[in-house]
Amino acid sequence: MMATGIKDKVAILGMGCTRFGERWDMGAEELMVEAFQECLADAGIERRDIQAAWLGHCLEEVGMGKCAAPMGVALRLPHIGITRVENYCATGTEAFRGAVYGVASGAYDICLAMGVEKLKDTGYGGLPNPGSGFGSLTWQWFPNASAPGLFAQIATAYAANYGITDQDLKRALAHVSAKSHANGALNPKAHLRRPVTIDQILASPIIAYPLGLFDCCGVSDGSACAIVTTPEIARQLGKKDLVSVKAIQLSVSSGYEGAFNEWQGDNFYTAGKCSLAAYKEAGITNPREEISMLELHDCFSITELVTYEDLHISERGKAWRDVLDGFYDRDGKIPAQIDGGLKCFGHPIGASGLRMIYEMYLQLSGRAGERQLANPRYGLTHNLGGFPHQNVCAITILGGDK
Amino acid sequence: MTGITAYGAYIPRLRLNRLAIYQAMGWFAPALIMVAQGERSMCNFDEDSLTMAVAAARDCLTGMDKRAVDAAYLCSTTLPFADRQNAGIMTTALNLRDDILTADITSSQRAGTTGLIAALDAVRAGSRKQVLLTATDKRLTKPAYFYEMWFGDGAASLLLGDEDVIAEFLGSYSVTHDFVDHYRGADRHYDYMWEERWVREEGYAKFIPQAVQGLLKKLDLTMQDVGKLVFPCLFRAEHRTIAKGLGAAPTQVMDTMHDICGETGAAHPLLMLTAALETAKQGELIVVAGFGQGCDALAFRVTENITKLPPRRGVRGALADKLTTDNYMKFLKFRDLIQPEMGIRAEAPTQTAMTALWRNRRMLTGLVGGKCRACGTPQFPKQDYCVNPACCAHQSQDDYEFADVPAQILSFTGDLLAVSVDPPAVYGTVQFAGGGRFLADFTDCDAQEVRVGLPVKMAFRRRFTDSERGFAGYFWKAIPQQPASEEAPAGKEVK
Repeated sequence: MMATGIKDKVAILGMGCTRFGERWDMGAEELMVEAFQECLADAGIERRDIQAAWLGHCLEEVGMGKCAAPMGVALRLPHIGITRVENYCATGTEAFRGAVYGVASGAYDICLAMGVEKLKDTGYGGLPNPGSGFGSLTWQWFPNASAPGLFAQIATAYAANYGITDQDLKRALAHVSAKSHANGALNPKAHLRRPVTIDQILASPIIAYPLGLFDCCGVSDGSACAIVTTPEIARQLGKKDLVSVKAIQLSVSSGYEGAFNEWQGDNFYTAGKCSLAAYKEAGITNPREEISMLELHDCFSITELVTYEDLHISERGKAWRDVLDGFYDRDGKIPAQIDGGLKCFGHPIGASGLRMIYEMYLQLSGRAGERQLANPRYGLTHNLGGFPHQNVCAITILGGDK
Repeated sequence: MTGITAYGAYIPRLRLNRLAIYQAMGWFAPALIMVAQGERSMCNFDEDSLTMAVAAARDCLTGMDKRAVDAAYLCSTTLPFADRQNAGIMTTALNLRDDILTADITSSQRAGTTGLIAALDAVRAGSRKQVLLTATDKRLTKPAYFYEMWFGDGAASLLLGDEDVIAEFLGSYSVTHDFVDHYRGADRHYDYMWEERWVREEGYAKFIPQAVQGLLKKLDLTMQDVGKLVFPCLFRAEHRTIAKGLGAAPTQVMDTMHDICGETGAAHPLLMLTAALETAKQGELIVVAGFGQGCDALAFRVTENITKLPPRRGVRGALADKLTTDNYMKFLKFRDLIQPEMGIRAEAPTQTAMTALWRNRRMLTGLVGGKCRACGTPQFPKQDYCVNPACCAHQSQDDYEFADVPAQILSFTGDLLAVSVDPPAVYGTVQFAGGGRFLADFTDCDAQEVRVGLPVKMAFRRRFTDSERGFAGYFWKAIPQQPASEEAPAGKEVK
């Protein structure tokens, strides 16, 4: 076994991210252009310097259709290799992983990772309902479910298994969302920029018990992208305050959670494993002390809450107490969702993983403006695709290249 | 000896208060008040004549060797498929053997009794050892109609054989008349009914006596020999008059369940027969008659084996497990008689890949998973590699039926975003004792009363309806079982 991991082999040369939101003015193609323009300028290179690209685009039925060609066409990339990847909501991190591995392998010097999603072309709220387009077998037996309902499963199991009352859990979940709203208010690119009170959150209508409206993230259009290269080339190109990749790990369900009577249904088994692999790759031994900030896949408040435990930062069954203690607030020990998270920045599926990395990149290079944290060391992004019992967990750890 | 070896029944949990129909539509049809008493059974939105048939047949097969069944007939006038054998869907759901005779018997309210005679004749002739005979109906009427009041939904199932007979078949007698009291054209949704007075006087009052008297004469019996006279009749007074005319005292006549269930079409004579068997004593003579373009009559003598039949839910259990509603609009929506806006989200594609259904028929229709020979883990679905991470054996699983395995709730939600005919959509992970779990739709439950840890029972239900292509998809759902409470009344009222 020769693998040495990804740590410090690849640096971010530039990034771009659109304003997320209901972008009635743009399709996926135009959203990509908006992110790409910012990214190219930040990287200080030309389009022709990009040798290969990875496109993350999940719901092609409401976006650009299948294949990577729509990106080649939209960005006028000069007949280079482009790969389209899709891994549910973890798609953005998957695109980043492709580009980073492209550089790390030595096959290319400079690669582009693009994530994009156009969700607001469906005519209704929430994610598209795939119906029988959801796999010819799955459709015939999978429950009549929505995303909030699938993630609500975690909440009912968590409350039952740890003996937490409805009120305590709802209060902790409300705190998770209120914190993200406060953070999102500081972010000009965020979809939802209005702070909300705990009372407002608790009074919001139920979507899928016990999750209410404010427990659910924004359904947004948007795009984010990164140009990556080796730290050496980045320096040669004059890049200062390098941000490098410390870890990229993926963990995908084996059917164990969904079909074997062991997993308790109150956590993400993949995230527990994936985070340990990422810490090992990054050389982190005590995440609660060493991680400076988190961008988690808060598609729903409960997802964020149990992920604190899956990341081995909060103890099992205790995350709700850490939340209420303000541990993950802006001024807490490990601020989470500094940019507003999926909750308020929004969640254009294929772009979200790269959007999380974008915030870490800004924070680590000291360019996060009003949201800037003091001297962050490691930033962790957690990007989750699928359902609690069957999912893709993608984690990256980024840090300064000293 | 040929006869009945087991019985089972199914009546949907939901009951509609008949007064609710009058309250909603009395302004339009004031005469409804005359029949707005009692309650009728009504299918949940995911129930139809096929799902009720499967439920009744499961009840019937309780404690019986279902692998010994060598024919299965399904009798109904409201089967979901006009050309796709419904009995074949039922036997796949029940996991009966593949090498058996199956048939749908339909096109008359008499289908249930005619099917019963055919099944008994086959056993008596020695060409079949055990025949499963199931009758079911979910009759559709337009809103605000007497028949909407009178009809109920339900199913009954009988196992016929020549060993361990609980009620010996003595004989049958039939009359056939092309008497059109009502009919339904092959391309129509609703029955067309002729005047009740004529139907009562020239139909019921003549054909039922013809058949019953013909039978008694043939068997050299008299009404004095009969312990229970079983025949449906939509008209209460006529039911009494016919029985009296046949010489039966009120104590000999089985109640039609009009007040608590309504008439369940082709299933009703057999549902009433099942109710009669539940209280029958050894030696008792039961005569059952089914009306419909003539009349069938059959006679049975109850044997000493009646006390040895394994306990089952039966008509009594089904009647007791009820939820009465005054929500007539819900009744209409469940039967697709109103089309409220479902939103664009509901426009999702609904095509079914028949190839995938065929490959996975035991899984989808029969709820059959696998049990690993290497590590003993039951699992659903059955896949090539065992799901136990410590095992992962290749092609190591034998078929394993989950339908009757005790299970409980691991997680759940009540989802108001998911498209549903009866929101919220309630679903969650159910975990089976001994191994196996999956995320399942729940049904026949109140989202407010679902809890982690509650036991569930599995039921064969309609999973989706593809109205564009006229297809219905079936799978299994979990029914949460509320703990029995001493204080709780037998039935509950909901709005």
